[in-house]
Amino acid sequence: MTKPITKIAPNAPSFYDNDPQDELITLNLGPTHPATHGVFQNVLQIDGERIVSGISTIGYIHRAFEKIAEHRPFYQITPLTDRLNYCSSPINNMGWHMTVEKLLEIEIPKRVQYMRVIVMELARIADHIICNGILGVDTGAFSGFLYVMQEREFIYEIFEEICGARLTTNIGRIGGFERDFNDIAFAKIHEFLKRFPPVLEEFENLFVRNRIFIERTSGVAAVTPEEALSYSWSGPILRATGVDYDVRAVSPYCSYEDFDFEVPVGTKGDVYDRFMVRNAEMWQSLRIIEQALEKIAGEPAGVFHADVPEFYLPPKEQVYTNMEALIYHFKIVMGEWEAPKDEVYFAVEGGNGELGFYMIHDGGRSPYRLHFRRPSFINYQMFAPMSSGMLLSDAIINMSSLNVIAGELDA
Amino acid sequence: MGNFDNQYITDRLQRNFGTDVKILGESFGLLSVGTAKERIIDLLRFLKEDDELSFSYLTDITAVHYPELEDPFCIVYHLHNLVQNIRIRIKVFVGGEPPSIPTATTLWKGANWMERETYDFFGIDFQGHPDLRRILNMDDLDVFPMRKEYPLEDPNRVDKKDFYFGR
Repeated sequence: MTKPITKIAPNAPSFYDNDPQDELITLNLGPTHPATHGVFQNVLQIDGERIVSGISTIGYIHRAFEKIAEHRPFYQITPLTDRLNYCSSPINNMGWHMTVEKLLEIEIPKRVQYMRVIVMELARIADHIICNGILGVDTGAFSGFLYVMQEREFIYEIFEEICGARLTTNIGRIGGFERDFNDIAFAKIHEFLKRFPPVLEEFENLFVRNRIFIERTSGVAAVTPEEALSYSWSGPILRATGVDYDVRAVSPYCSYEDFDFEVPVGTKGDVYDRFMVRNAEMWQSLRIIEQALEKIAGEPAGVFHADVPEFYLPPKEQVYTNMEALIYHFKIVMGEWEAPKDEVYFAVEGGNGELGFYMIHDGGRSPYRLHFRRPSFINYQMFAPMSSGMLLSDAIINMSSLNVIAGELDA
Repeated sequence: MGNFDNQYITDRLQRNFGTDVKILGESFGLLSVGTAKERIIDLLRFLKEDDELSFSYLTDITAVHYPELEDPFCIVYHLHNLVQNIRIRIKVFVGGEPPSIPTATTLWKGANWMERETYDFFGIDFQGHPDLRRILNMDDLDVFPMRKEYPLEDPNRVDKKDFYFGR
């Protein structure tokens, strides 16, 4: 019928139809299409409304983080991780801190771990709010998105109270937090726990049994668990297929083993199941935050970092008066600390799945090699193959339910 | 089945592969094994399809460049046994220009982009890969940027020389 589209190598596919007799149309979905929610492109061959084949072209916002990381002291890599999945930066920040702490074998006090859990779960809620809200927009329901967006704004206010930043947070330090949560932050977290459940319930009422939404999403892009595992999927979209792999539950980090929560799974792996899994995870996140607040109350107050002066910046006023503090301050800022020559792999459950950090350290100022296992990158590769034979409008909602974040896709 | 731990995995591997598989270390409890590129697919297939080991989940493929070694490229596979929750790391050192290794796409579909990324940044030729093209960098880039010979910053800068910091 027509030339196989995969032959259009190299990376940039052809952008025009050469054959006027051809019955297929080449359609560029992206790189700046409003429905792709990020800077990446799909060149689709379509027959009417049906997709025949497609090629994904990514890399439009590649910023060479892995290369940059080989030239930066550890604490300067945290802002790079912000910009991976910028919808849930705190999870990336914490993942990086915990990777370094694993390498340095730093023991983190329980209170700090619970504080981290609160921040990470808030970030997970913010991430899922975006994904599910946008899924609603793509299926034609705008109001749900608006309702929950206000709550996401409130989560950002909490982050602002904790660290001063909203989106790219650079939250925490290696060894703990740069400052304790203040009273306003705690008050806001408590307020969030009160005001978010009714909103989430309203949001679910708008969608879960909505006839139009079910018709649009149920059975669309269903994936079997075998296929999902073969494509190394992780996160909510893998759990929607029925595989209960959640890093928080399987290999608990940051004291997740102290919490009572469930890992929601789906059955069919379609868009509707992914939506439901993300919604259920938000309820679980709320449960975890509640428990964490209770547990923090039982821990010694005022502890917000580990007692590791050689890795954690001393208070500024001590730097001017105390010789030891000055030395540590200088060494940390210049990246001159002693870290073992070793290699470490550490994974956290990010908003989209297993976010892994593979670091090889040779004793220098920066990692010898740092590799990010980015769930969006690995999850997204199935998009083009699974789109063949799908309607264009189904492919759009499939893409939005994969929750591909361009920053994480391209690193 | 007894204890499913790194010792057990080591024994199984040594029984089946003998000296072709070397134990490289066990840092932070994660077993690292090394093999030659001729045996890598056999090893991956054995780890994936063996009923007991069943490292069926490919977590990641990446590479590391060690310019001073004879075989300067180390290709690193992370596998995960989701049932027993044990991870394993496999390393293969390859040399030559272009450095080459058989593709793992025959075992996992997900290896496709991981290998493309590794090719893009290190120039590793994954033989048999169905679609080995650059993925994140532009097509007309004629270098492989993650190799150590490509500096990030102006190499003439002196303010970051290790010499001044007593290294």
